[in-house]
Amino acid sequence: MPLNKDIKKVLMIGSGPIVIGQAAEFDYAGAQACRVLKRAGVNVVLVNSNPATIMTDKALADEIYLEPLTVETVKRIIEKEKPDSMLAGLGGQTGLTLAMQLDKEGFLEAHGVRLIGTNVEAIDKAEDRQLFKDTMQAIGEPVIPSDIASDVETALRIAGEIGYPVIIRPAFTLGGTGGGVAYDNEEMRAAARTGLDASPITQILVEKYIAGWKEIEFETMRDATGNAIAVCSMENVDPVGIHTGDSIVVAPALTLSNREYQMLRSASLNIVRLSHRQGHHPDRPGLPAGRDQKRGHRQDLRLLRALGGLHRGEVPQVALRQVHQRQPQAGHPDEGHRRGHVHRAQL
Amino acid sequence: MSKSYLILSDGAVYEGERFGAERDATGELVFNTGVVGYIETLTDPSYWGQIIMQTFPAVGNYGVIEEDFEGKCACRGYVVREWCPEPSNFRSQYTLDAFLKKQGIPGICGIDTRAVTQHIRECGVMNAMIADRVPDDLSPLKALNISGGVREVCAKEKTLCPATGKRLCNVTLIDYGTKRNILRELQNRGCAVTVVPPTTPAEEILADHPDGVMLSNGPGDPAENTACIAEVKKLLGKLPMFGLCLGHQLMALAAGGQTVKLKYGHRGGNQPVTDTQTGHTYITSQNHGYAVVSESLPVGRLRFVNANDGTCEGVDYPEWRAFSVQFHPEACAGPRDTSVMFDRFVNMMKEVNLCL
Repeated sequence: MPLNKDIKKVLMIGSGPIVIGQAAEFDYAGAQACRVLKRAGVNVVLVNSNPATIMTDKALADEIYLEPLTVETVKRIIEKEKPDSMLAGLGGQTGLTLAMQLDKEGFLEAHGVRLIGTNVEAIDKAEDRQLFKDTMQAIGEPVIPSDIASDVETALRIAGEIGYPVIIRPAFTLGGTGGGVAYDNEEMRAAARTGLDASPITQILVEKYIAGWKEIEFETMRDATGNAIAVCSMENVDPVGIHTGDSIVVAPALTLSNREYQMLRSASLNIVRLSHRQGHHPDRPGLPAGRDQKRGHRQDLRLLRALGGLHRGEVPQVALRQVHQRQPQAGHPDEGHRRGHVHRAQL
Repeated sequence: MSKSYLILSDGAVYEGERFGAERDATGELVFNTGVVGYIETLTDPSYWGQIIMQTFPAVGNYGVIEEDFEGKCACRGYVVREWCPEPSNFRSQYTLDAFLKKQGIPGICGIDTRAVTQHIRECGVMNAMIADRVPDDLSPLKALNISGGVREVCAKEKTLCPATGKRLCNVTLIDYGTKRNILRELQNRGCAVTVVPPTTPAEEILADHPDGVMLSNGPGDPAENTACIAEVKKLLGKLPMFGLCLGHQLMALAAGGQTVKLKYGHRGGNQPVTDTQTGHTYITSQNHGYAVVSESLPVGRLRFVNANDGTCEGVDYPEWRAFSVQFHPEACAGPRDTSVMFDRFVNMMKEVNLCL
């Protein structure tokens, strides 16, 4: 693909503080992207609130802002630096959410900044859970039963339909805070309230809680012409419910037969082709552990994070990135997990 | 476990341990680069006469699942780095070791299969044996001629297999050692399939009035199947045809082309193939030691090429409403990315027979 000569100055949003599942991998990916951009003669402006990263090294970016990753700060930087493009896909959840907010306000358009790599529609598809669910159903890929609620009563009704336990995920939260697991109506009432309060649009997703399922990830890549490959598969040694940070991920997946492996690989490629994203995509279809065959087809399919194809459709060689989710251990009688926040760095 | 040896006909000897059946084996040593799919690989009749070696170091992790068998286990031996005695998968029935014992196939483990693969890539495929002692004279091993595989693994009689759901067309599948998923892919697309032995005369096939003929995969050197090639020649142009793997090679030979033995073949689920017409590249499943020399073809158009070594991976014969591919669109094991080839075949039959 030819080099896009219109891109001269790029604002890149960094990954912010190191939390599990974020920062370290994004820092690596971001540093790689800086190198690629600079090699192509593009001026790189970087904003990152975390000074303890490689990408904030003076040698990697032309201008570095060690500022809080907020809408206000990024607006100020755009006004001062006047970049023509913005690359948000390397900033983790924070970067994507900022990009979404700036775009929805019309700020990017007003300042002549275009989002490169991952576009707004793609982020929308991946981040808006209902939109994602509808999209998956349209291509015949199963998803975990879920529904969206904007008030506690609706949330209770959905939980009743799906059956407990359920997990509550607030929409568009920075860093994914405000979620929780509920095992009955009483817990649901509290968790739904917390989730609704945490969401900037007062919306939560109520989803079947799948602790105990097998957790499989595929790293996929596609180019602008639709060629797509699975770079590798990964398998969590412990099932869903045990925090990946407490577990081990092996690549490639070792306990899937060809049939299961190819089913998930094909699903990952279908999703990546559909999402119109170019670049690198960790998709995480799930497969239930155990012997329940019927549920073998009910994979949890989610788009997690986008990394833009940059201006040449060239993807920096992004390292394997683990998907971390801080979820309580299945059936663990730990008070903390009942009351505590489900921190989901990725979703 | 007792000490055993993998002995190559050029004198290279690798020490390992026995597993599987307690007997010696001789065959052509080939390597497969698949990460998953050992069950399908072991039961793929195209491996007839060969000792299979897996480059992936951990084999047998998900055990053996009989419903995933692709056909008769026809290989002569199995070489792995490490086999898993405690499989983990909800469909697993028994271990790899138990499977090999049941099938009477000797195995050897503890071999640095990647080192042996590098040796084969350097020197080309060769005969090998799995044995408890190294023979003094390797010339019989070197001279061992492995041929006549199709006769061993092909269908022996005609069988009718109904379509899944509504029947759209009738296909005759010439079985040179077919993998079961070829049959399933056809049936799932509404084809009622008549499976026939490779010796079936063309006249007899045509007398059934099928809408199309499919040539299956199979083992060995395509050029030795002169009788089969003669029958294919009589069918070309008479009705839509789709050749796959050995079927692709037989179609090319029937069309007047030539085949050549590759230095070490393509076996695995990660072979990139480029469609010269669209420029798209697909990741395909492959298992072949011979290739069609596309320049030798007096007819047809080179359609697919292997992105690694540029060899012929598929030919279109528009004048005959026929096409063939060297890779395996039926996957099992391997990626399903090219299953559209079966749709193409069905569409070809629809075009000819508008009443379908």
